[in-house]
Amino acid sequence: MYEFFFILIPRHFPFLLEGAVVTLQLTLTSMVCGICIGLAVAIGRIGSKAPLKWLLAAYVEIWRDVPLIVQLLVIYFSLPTVGISLPAFWAGVLGLSLNLGAYLSEVFRSTILSIDPGQREAGESTGMSRLLVYRRVVLPQALRIAVPTVGGYFVSLLKDSSLVSFVSINELLRNGTIVISNTFRTMEIYLMVAIIYFALSFTASRAVLWIERALTPRYLRRNWEPSLSPKTSEVPA
Amino acid sequence: MNTPLLEIRNLKKSFGSLEVLKGIDLTVDVGEVIFLIGPSGGGKSTFARCINFLEKPTCGDVIFSGQVMCQDRNGGHYKAPEKLVRLARGDMPMVFQHFNLFAHRTALENVIEAPIWVQGRNRSEAIEDALRLLGEVGLRDKADYYPAQLSGGQKQRVAIARALAMHPKLILFDEPTSALDPELVAGILETIRSLADKGMTLIVVTHEMGFARKLADTVHFFSDGRILESGPPDRIFDHPETDRLSEFIRSILR
Repeated sequence: MYEFFFILIPRHFPFLLEGAVVTLQLTLTSMVCGICIGLAVAIGRIGSKAPLKWLLAAYVEIWRDVPLIVQLLVIYFSLPTVGISLPAFWAGVLGLSLNLGAYLSEVFRSTILSIDPGQREAGESTGMSRLLVYRRVVLPQALRIAVPTVGGYFVSLLKDSSLVSFVSINELLRNGTIVISNTFRTMEIYLMVAIIYFALSFTASRAVLWIERALTPRYLRRNWEPSLSPKTSEVPA
Repeated sequence: MNTPLLEIRNLKKSFGSLEVLKGIDLTVDVGEVIFLIGPSGGGKSTFARCINFLEKPTCGDVIFSGQVMCQDRNGGHYKAPEKLVRLARGDMPMVFQHFNLFAHRTALENVIEAPIWVQGRNRSEAIEDALRLLGEVGLRDKADYYPAQLSGGQKQRVAIARALAMHPKLILFDEPTSALDPELVAGILETIRSLADKGMTLIVVTHEMGFARKLADTVHFFSDGRILESGPPDRIFDHPETDRLSEFIRSILR
């Protein structure tokens, strides 16, 4: 016990934290890319015609039907053979975000379709373009509905990013195995890794809850009273 | 003679193999109040939606305010470019049966949305204008309420204010009172009447026959995708010429 807290932790924790920073960078970058891909694919599948529509559907299907670790390995080892050499970190981001994008596109597709089409018609009947209707009417509502689910995917991604240790990215888990191969303190180091993952994920899921609350419109909150709403002069843009 | 505000010739609309509109001709002059009546499924709502291009006509001519929206030419069907269509739509907004307010925006925000984003109007001006219009429909004090907090009648009045905020040349009403409690209907009809009194051009699809009779300049009777009869309300309601119309009038009077 003494050894764990006063020798092993001080000696190896900083190196593990370096890995945790990479884990966070990987997760956040992949999350942003994944959301963009998911949104684009969802809108494409709803709004486009035959050939593109099938292509997007095929992407979603294929990426959801192959294990993530296999996707990562294929991307990491096959890209160089077709002449594309990506740094390991970006190969990892590519793999994670393509995978996440496939799942998120279905989340966004369902929340977009859950918005009453009458509201789109109301927008279009006053001369708004389709793009403007998406931006001002559909997406603000659809994205808010998607927040809890997308947040769940974020926490999953944080943990799934450990899979990229297989393609030699020095993130949290891989740094852990490096320490183990030098020290043979398997149990203690994996325990530290587990604690760090828990701390990250727990913080992330709290943050998601907070964002969800912050984005809940005033009229859906408990104890809401119209008199508490802003003066008309302060209506936000 | 003045050119009509809206001119429609031989408008047809099919959904797949189902032909819903089988050749409609209709002209609307500035300030005219037009009522479209008829049995459900007769095509009157689809027709109103074709005017605003929520449905694209399969063939026929729509000329709005001198602008050709679509026209049969040289054996083909010409459609005006997206941008022109959008411009025209802002001049003839629609009020829907189910209100279709933007759920995430307050009454005021609903009203200023299109003036700011479509017409590029200045925000503070748009707000001033919107508050005046909300006042006209009796909802000045509900400006900061969200649709979920308003009654059906209030929502519909916000929707009317939203249409008025475009300073339109024409307003389309698609069964504006059909989703309302009976006691709320009168308020909406009163609001529509006041628009007519101010000289606004209106096209109203409705089942409120008493209202049509009092307010309409011209009533068109739709049945089975065609206009079977047109005329001033007294003629239509008191002296129907076709069996189909007299049957319809009998059935609604019962």
